[in-house]
Amino acid sequence: MSKKQEKTFQQDMVGDGVHSIQKVIEPHQQEPNRIVKYAMIGVSVLFLFVMLVIPLAVVLVNALSEGWAAYQEAVMDSYTINALQLTFLATVSSVAVNTVFGLFAAYLLSKFYFRGRQVFAALIDIPFSISPVIAGLAFILTFGNIGWMGDFLKAHNIKIVFAVPGVILATIFVTFPFVFRELFPVMNAQGKDEEEAAALMGANGFTIFRRITFPHIKWALLYGIVLCAARAMGEFGAVSVISGHLRGKTNTLPLHVEILYNEFNTTASFAVSSILVLMAMVILILRSLIERKK
Amino acid sequence: MRSIHKIEIVFMILLMGILAGCGKDADSAKGDSIEILNVSYDPTREFYAKYNELFAKHWKEQGGQDVNVTQSHGGSGSQARSVIEGNEADVVTLALAHDITAIEENGLIDSGWMEEFDGSSAPYTSTIVFLVRKGNEKNIQDWDDLVKDGVEVITPNPKTSGGACWNFLAAWAYWQEKDGNDEEATKEYMKKLYQNVLVLDSGARGATNTFVENEQGDVLVAWENEAYLSMEEHPDEYEIVTPSVSILAQPSVAVVDSNAKAHGTKEAAEAYLKYLYSDEAQRLAGENYYRPSNEAILEEFSDQFHLDMNLVTIDDFGGWDEAYNKYFNDDAVFDQIYGQ
Repeated sequence: MSKKQEKTFQQDMVGDGVHSIQKVIEPHQQEPNRIVKYAMIGVSVLFLFVMLVIPLAVVLVNALSEGWAAYQEAVMDSYTINALQLTFLATVSSVAVNTVFGLFAAYLLSKFYFRGRQVFAALIDIPFSISPVIAGLAFILTFGNIGWMGDFLKAHNIKIVFAVPGVILATIFVTFPFVFRELFPVMNAQGKDEEEAAALMGANGFTIFRRITFPHIKWALLYGIVLCAARAMGEFGAVSVISGHLRGKTNTLPLHVEILYNEFNTTASFAVSSILVLMAMVILILRSLIERKK
Repeated sequence: MRSIHKIEIVFMILLMGILAGCGKDADSAKGDSIEILNVSYDPTREFYAKYNELFAKHWKEQGGQDVNVTQSHGGSGSQARSVIEGNEADVVTLALAHDITAIEENGLIDSGWMEEFDGSSAPYTSTIVFLVRKGNEKNIQDWDDLVKDGVEVITPNPKTSGGACWNFLAAWAYWQEKDGNDEEATKEYMKKLYQNVLVLDSGARGATNTFVENEQGDVLVAWENEAYLSMEEHPDEYEIVTPSVSILAQPSVAVVDSNAKAHGTKEAAEAYLKYLYSDEAQRLAGENYYRPSNEAILEEFSDQFHLDMNLVTIDDFGGWDEAYNKYFNDDAVFDQIYGQ
């Protein structure tokens, strides 16, 4: 790579941030500044390379190390498909629940003023600060056999922990704040003048939401959904505690990767990982598309 | 205006996805098939994968039902806890009797389960050996070599792993025998042993992966079956060293009576465990490096196992209840030597 190419390449990688910093200080000390600039770019690129590019490359190389046929076999295995379905179900459920909830909560907190508003907003953020493992354990202690609601659930023959509902619940819990967190700042900044004006003109609640509120927040909402989906697909800790690792039943994709690895099926485990990597890439592309619109 | 419609359509699709997902969630028609959930410990993955096929064939010939066995694997202690907390196992096949007793104490297994099947309900046994890297660079021959400076040991955590309990007791038995039952001296050795532990995984398979796949440590204290399996997976990379004293590890099996009754699978669950004692299953156990409890079939594998090893048994420790209280409960011996 020639020097010129390298320069543009690196600038592309780092984006405008470094560029604008450079502009501010350039007139005073040109030489040392350039060294700092390249050193920083170099460090960032190296860091990205070691932390992201190499590990991802290793996943793909390992996944294909026994050839395409072995890869296909691992990916088309019925347990893998079961795990994929469960991951899909958990992701879709948590996106749906958290979209509805996040919308309501953000609407409530940004358009109405009431006592305890701050506390409410802080409560929603709890899943951000609690370790997923603890979330899983808390569910087990609530809904498990010897848990708080255990007798009630057993009497009514409802299975939550070590079953699909538990996996979904755990996923919903860890992805709880994502949609709300994206919506709230936008709605808060918007204020409620337009809604009030619409109400004065006789629009009903749903019309106000559809015609006034929604157009303002649609991209933030989609962005929140994408983040929520990304987190839901990859969730391991909480789901691991609550799933019971029943093959073909309560195994999500990340859990299935671990099981395959534990069974010395390294190639298969990397092959299944590559599905997750692929899904992450789709999410990444969606994200940057939405960000551009936003 | 147009883009709003687009987004509304996206939401509709999402909603439909959820509804479809919920529909799928419901149990499919039962018909002529029966489901058994076997909650097992870590290293039995390969054995039960094959045994389940064997049993399905046998059960079909006997009664005509299709039987579908779902497996769950993990550290024996954690697996037992998951059953207590509501993982609805029909049978448990765990690493040690104590874990099954814990389930019994929560009322899920009828007392007397240990007499239900032969050999204290242990259809196959194993022992504890050392796995070292080819060439045995640190010259590890016996337990004493594990406490030398600079030797890195891999063994799982006895609090969560059944295999780790057997590891602990085997080491304890060695130093007890050597020092003429001087408990304080034994504790000192044990303390040194656990100071040399590089990674304390939560289950036996995790420990094996740490040693074999991630190449950490000089010696893995492991189930004999796990050691042989590693040799099979990576020929010419490892050696097995049998210590002068080890322990007869008896992984136990039991029907989880209350779950099996509720699922209507009691008969099949009992047959599932009983069939472990058949000649075919015993041979399969031997092929998967478990020691068959059937003496005649064990003899067939005499080339494979060191049958002349000096093995203590759990009875030398006064049974599992006593041993667990003394060594592995909170603030018991293990906590004393590992905590400091």
